[in-house]
Amino acid sequence: MSWTRYAAPQRFYPLAGRAVPWFAGLALLLAVVGLVIGLGVAPTDHQQGESYRIIFVHVPAAWMSMIIYLAMAFWAAIGLIFNTRLASMLAVALAPTGAWMTFLALWTGALWGKPTWGTWWVWDARLTSELILLFLYIGFMSLHAAIDDERRADRAAALLALVGVVNVPIIYFSVQWWNTLHQGASVSLTQAPSMATTMLWGMLIMALAFWMYSIAVALARTRVIILERERHARWARQALEPA
Amino acid sequence: MTAALFAVFQRDLRIALRRRADTGSALVFFVIVAALFPLGVGPEFGVLRRMGPGVVWVAALLASMLALGRLFADDHADGTLEQMLLSPTPLALLVLAKTAAHWLASGLLLVLISPLLALQFDLGGEAAGVLFLSLLLGTPLLSLIGAIGAALTVGLRGAGVLLSLLVLPLCAPVLIFGAGAVESSLAGLGVAAHFSLLGAMLLAALVLAPLAAAAALRIALE
Repeated sequence: MSWTRYAAPQRFYPLAGRAVPWFAGLALLLAVVGLVIGLGVAPTDHQQGESYRIIFVHVPAAWMSMIIYLAMAFWAAIGLIFNTRLASMLAVALAPTGAWMTFLALWTGALWGKPTWGTWWVWDARLTSELILLFLYIGFMSLHAAIDDERRADRAAALLALVGVVNVPIIYFSVQWWNTLHQGASVSLTQAPSMATTMLWGMLIMALAFWMYSIAVALARTRVIILERERHARWARQALEPA
Repeated sequence: MTAALFAVFQRDLRIALRRRADTGSALVFFVIVAALFPLGVGPEFGVLRRMGPGVVWVAALLASMLALGRLFADDHADGTLEQMLLSPTPLALLVLAKTAAHWLASGLLLVLISPLLALQFDLGGEAAGVLFLSLLLGTPLLSLIGAIGAALTVGLRGAGVLLSLLVLPLCAPVLIFGAGAVESSLAGLGVAAHFSLLGAMLLAALVLAPLAAAAALRIALE
C-alpha cells in the first residue's frame, strides 16, 4: 500500500474523518496546558507586567500565518504539477485558516502594542509584511471564488500562491529596508528580552496547539470541499445518509 | 519567430494608437489622482514636497492597474488569444511582446508626464530627474507583474477590481524602492542602491513574469 492511496478524495474522506477528532482533541489539550502555563505559571515580565501574556496567542498565530502560507503553496504546487485534485483541495482548505491566523496575529499585536508602545499600530517591518501577507491570502481566496470552474480556479489560485511565495521574501526584505530608511518606528521588536524557561515552554506548547488546531480545521474543511465536489458520486451520497 | 513577435508588438501598439481615448484615460487618471492629494491634505509646499514622491508613485501604480485590464481582455473576447496559444511561437515570448507594447502605450506615458507632476509638488530639478528615472525602471516592472494578474483574471466577472486585489500587494517592493529613491535623493543620500534593486527586480521579472503569465493564460483557456 503506497501513500498515494489516500490521494483519492473518496479514500481520504474517511481517513480525514477519523483524524479530525484526534487533532482537535490534542489541540484542546495542548491549549489548556499552554494557557495554564502561560497565564498561571509563567512569571510576570519585569518590563511589561502582565500585558506580555498575549504573546502566548500572538506568536503562535504569527508563526502559523507564515507556515500555513508555505503549506498552502506547497499543496498548490503539488496540485498544479501532478494534477492531483486532493492537493488542490488541501490548498484551498488551508487558505481561510491562514488568513484568520494572519488576522489574529495582527489583532493581538494591536492589543499588545497599545499598552507597551502606546499605539495600536506602528509601521514596523514585521507588521507591514504581515499585513501584506493578509492581502495575499485574500487575493488567493478571491481569485478562487471568482472562477466558477473549480479545476480552473484551483490551478489559477495555485499559480498565484506560487507567485506569492517567490514574492514573500522580496516583500519582507524590502519592507525591512524601507522601515530602516524611514526610521519611523522608535520601538524595536527584535531586541526581545531573554525569556524565562516557563514562558518559552508555554509558547511552544501553544504553538503546537495552534498546529493541531490548524490541521484539524483544514482537514474538516477539506472533507466539506470533497463532499461538495463529489456530490454527484454515489459514495458521497451514501456518506451523507444517516447510518 | 522574431517576425511573429514583432508583428504582435506592432499590432498591439497600433491598436493602442488608434484607441487614443482608452490609452489616454489612464494618463488622465494619473494626473487627476496626483492633483487630488493637494486638495485633500492642503496646499502647503512643505507637506507636498514631503509627500510628493510617494503620491506620484502611488498614482502611477493605480493608473497602471487601470490600464492592465486591456492587456489580454480584447484578445480573449475575439479569440485572438486562443490562436496565440496554438501558434508555434512560445507563448511566454508573445506575452513579453504584448507587455512591451502595453508598457509603451501606458507606463511610458506616465513616465513622460511625471516631471510635470514633480513641478506641482515642488520637487527640485534633481528630485524630478530621479523620479523620472525611478518610474522609467519601475513602470515596466509594474506592467510585467501586472501581466500575471491580467492573465489570471482574463475573462472573469469583475476582473478589474480582482486584478488590483491580486497585483497591488505584489507591487509593494516596487513602490518602496521607487519612491524611496526619490526620498533618499531629497535627503542627500545616494540613489544607486535603490536603482540597483529596481533594476535587479526588473531583470528577474523580465525572465519570470512572462513565464508565469503564459502559464496563467493556459490555465484560463484550457
